Amino acid sequence: MRAHVLRGHPALQFARATLRLVAACVLWIATASPARAALDPALLVQLGSDDPDVRIATVRKLGASTEARAATVLQAIADDALAIANGRAVIVSGNNIVDAATGDALGAAPSGLEPLVVNNRMRGELDSALAGLRLASPDRATRLAAAKELQGSDNDGLLPLLETALAKESDPGVKAILRLAAASLGLKSSDPEQRLKAAKALAASEDPQVRQILATLLTRQKDGSYPEADERVRNAAQGSLDEINRRLRTIELGVSFFTGLSLGSVLLLAALGLAITYGLMGIINMAHGEFLMIGAYATYVVQGVFRAHFPNAFSWYVIAALPVAFLVTALIGMALERGVLRWLYGRPLETLLTTWGISLLLIQACRTIFGAQNVEVENPAWLSGGIQLAGGLVLPYNRIAILVFALAVLAAVWLVINRTRLGLFVRGVTQNRAMASCTGVPTHRVDMLTFGLGSGVAGLGGVALSQIGNVGPDLGQSYIVDSFMVVVLGGVGQLAGTVIAALGLGSIAKFLEPFSGAVLAKIFVLVMIILFIQKRPQGLFALKGRSAEA
Amino acid sequence: MTRLFTPRAWTAIFVAGLPLLVVLPALHLLVPPEHPLHVSSFWITLIGKFMCYAVVALAMDLIWGYTGILSLGQGLFFALGGYAFGMYLMRQIGHDGVYQSDLPDFMVFLDWKAFPWYWAGTGSFVIAVLKVIAVPGLIAFIFGFFAFRSRIKGVYFSIITQALTFAAMLAFFRNDMGFGGNNGFTDFKRVLGFPITAPATRTTLFVISGLYLLSALLVCRVIVTSKLGRVLTAIRDQESRLMFLGYRTLSFKLFVWTLAAVMSGIAGALYVPQVGIINPSEMSPANSIEIAIWAAVGGRGTLFGPIIGAFAVNGAKSWFTVAFPQFWLYFLGLLFVVVTLFLPRGLMGLVELLRKRTPAPPPAPEPTVPAAVAVEVKS
Repeated sequence: MRAHVLRGHPALQFARATLRLVAACVLWIATASPARAALDPALLVQLGSDDPDVRIATVRKLGASTEARAATVLQAIADDALAIANGRAVIVSGNNIVDAATGDALGAAPSGLEPLVVNNRMRGELDSALAGLRLASPDRATRLAAAKELQGSDNDGLLPLLETALAKESDPGVKAILRLAAASLGLKSSDPEQRLKAAKALAASEDPQVRQILATLLTRQKDGSYPEADERVRNAAQGSLDEINRRLRTIELGVSFFTGLSLGSVLLLAALGLAITYGLMGIINMAHGEFLMIGAYATYVVQGVFRAHFPNAFSWYVIAALPVAFLVTALIGMALERGVLRWLYGRPLETLLTTWGISLLLIQACRTIFGAQNVEVENPAWLSGGIQLAGGLVLPYNRIAILVFALAVLAAVWLVINRTRLGLFVRGVTQNRAMASCTGVPTHRVDMLTFGLGSGVAGLGGVALSQIGNVGPDLGQSYIVDSFMVVVLGGVGQLAGTVIAALGLGSIAKFLEPFSGAVLAKIFVLVMIILFIQKRPQGLFALKGRSAEA
Repeated sequence: MTRLFTPRAWTAIFVAGLPLLVVLPALHLLVPPEHPLHVSSFWITLIGKFMCYAVVALAMDLIWGYTGILSLGQGLFFALGGYAFGMYLMRQIGHDGVYQSDLPDFMVFLDWKAFPWYWAGTGSFVIAVLKVIAVPGLIAFIFGFFAFRSRIKGVYFSIITQALTFAAMLAFFRNDMGFGGNNGFTDFKRVLGFPITAPATRTTLFVISGLYLLSALLVCRVIVTSKLGRVLTAIRDQESRLMFLGYRTLSFKLFVWTLAAVMSGIAGALYVPQVGIINPSEMSPANSIEIAIWAAVGGRGTLFGPIIGAFAVNGAKSWFTVAFPQFWLYFLGLLFVVVTLFLPRGLMGLVELLRKRTPAPPPAPEPTVPAAVAVEVKS
């Protein structure tokens, strides 16, 4: 017998154990309730019918029943404990039997009593019937599981039960699933009005499965007919489907806009330091990428220190890494400016080559100190995970944090350049070095500090990059071309241009990605920049006047 | 034009060229392998490779040292020439690939049934040679035309050529491009029907590279000593003034830029059969910048300098990567810093300095007014 073969299956055994546990719950509720009305014995006898359809109809009726006793009976069937003895349904427990309808003890079990055969179809019906009953459970998890189970059922007799549960349900998560379950059950109802109502109700769903359910209704079968006969229902289903698609498209658009902004903020962080050193000072620093790398490695070192000495505050190591990374890269930058670059002012091509050499030195030094392999930088707990959106879309926290961080760094840089004395000097030296010097601005010190600021900002960018990508000696190399493209596109000497170029490039690249793949999108963006520069060699925001030519 | 080189320069060419073009090949082919004077195929390949590099360094010198345009895309043209000739070499494999198909192995692997359109005619040697010249030349011409017309210069131009190279590298890394993706072209068997690893073929390629280097040197010399060369130098030193004098600098720049690309492309085409592989990493931005340092180490604005620089830097690279691989990048990085800071005129400048025992001229090759004045007077 098939049922016997299946009975030994471990998955089934597990399912049954769970059911038993749940049934215990249900029983407890049932016994706790004062109304102990009996079931109709005539109905229960039908469980022993030879006709499987009759048996299933009976189970469905029991599932839809509001009697507490129904759960006990259903559970007994599921446990293979229900039998028909002397024209009445009885539950076998040990060697004794009790009346299934009333629960009265009937003494010892007669010999040769065979439990009811439960086949797979019956098992499915039992599960959904029990799930329906479990909707009354006080435990949220149980209700949630029950509601999910009911979504797959096609027993439209459970519909009233679901609606009662829906009315009583307070948890929004369970409620949403219940509504969905009710609607998908309703679609299977034999009553066209029910189906119409369900088809309309599904428009509010956010479950991707619903689209499939609705689409199936609307697809012509092989013989040319629709699975749904009623045209009004089909129209309603079509309407709901359009509604869901429209909403999902909006969400997807929002998400791709977000990922574009996120990539843009990464580019912005990578390029912001360059906007200072190249944009304001005109120093081509090919080692800029390596400052990002140093910032990321500083994060790695701070992480190690926290792990060893302050394990309790570990999740805040990223915050502590920010000043460390800024100081380390700023100091290296200032040393570089004093030691090497100032001898090369006015010779940009030589500066380019020298800083390239320095980038090679820094990469190799990093390999010597930390090894050629990537190092592991862990996301702290508050940067892991993300906001769940409908349709399985996620907005990761670390991306959101980087977006916010990029804007904060941008604001800080803007303040320093436009609202501080140093910033005033920087702008003065940029515009007219000789005149600034005449008025007593210590131009050399300003050069050093400005370059330090730009390098430090790159270090901050490195902290952010360490949270979203691999940290290895080659980290900077992958950003250097992009960073220069952002600054060149934005226009030299313009923070606003850099911001718009970074966010714009990020969005365009992400917008193109679904059509062309990441690599082609990148190539396309590069080619677009090259073409754009032909048209506007000074970038998006050109400096007007004489200083533009210098 | 009175004479191309001074007698001393001619002597230097012969002293260096004779062993390169005659003695080494003879020692490789005629002396039996066990003889101590035998030159192994390793050395023939290595020096052949260096000679190709030397031509690229010469091309770099022509546009950077003489015209003042720092191209960070020279590696791209080198690789394009290499790929153009590599396509021909792939066709020469015939049915000897792993899958014994008409198509190269990587196409079989991608489950392609026929050659894509741009592979048409690659089986012909003549077309391959034409492509080696035309592809880098055309791309350089088109790119240069738009870039120079928009008066993109200086560092802007360098960065944009770097972006171009970077984009091309990303593109060639894609399998769908039909250029073998990551692995590029390799496992060549024959060139013009001759087995590619045979000593005679190697030696022939070696001699052709040497002759090509020599002719590139002569062409460059003709250019820099001609009036055209004076204009190029003037562009480097005072482009605006030259324009005010009525020169269309666009066409001069475009000419020398395209010529440099073609020179590099042919060098790439000679390089590929000798080393037996071409892949997209040849287009990496780092490679192109390294070419600049070859020219800088030897001495910009001289013609012997870049050749010496290419040999010296690549010789050092070969030695380091065998002896102290972890120190190569330190050495290269320091080379960039030291040469630009202390040796702006490279080894040639150093030699001159030692010979004259006079203090070096101020390390600022940018605005040397006399050159511009000279043009002014002439025109």
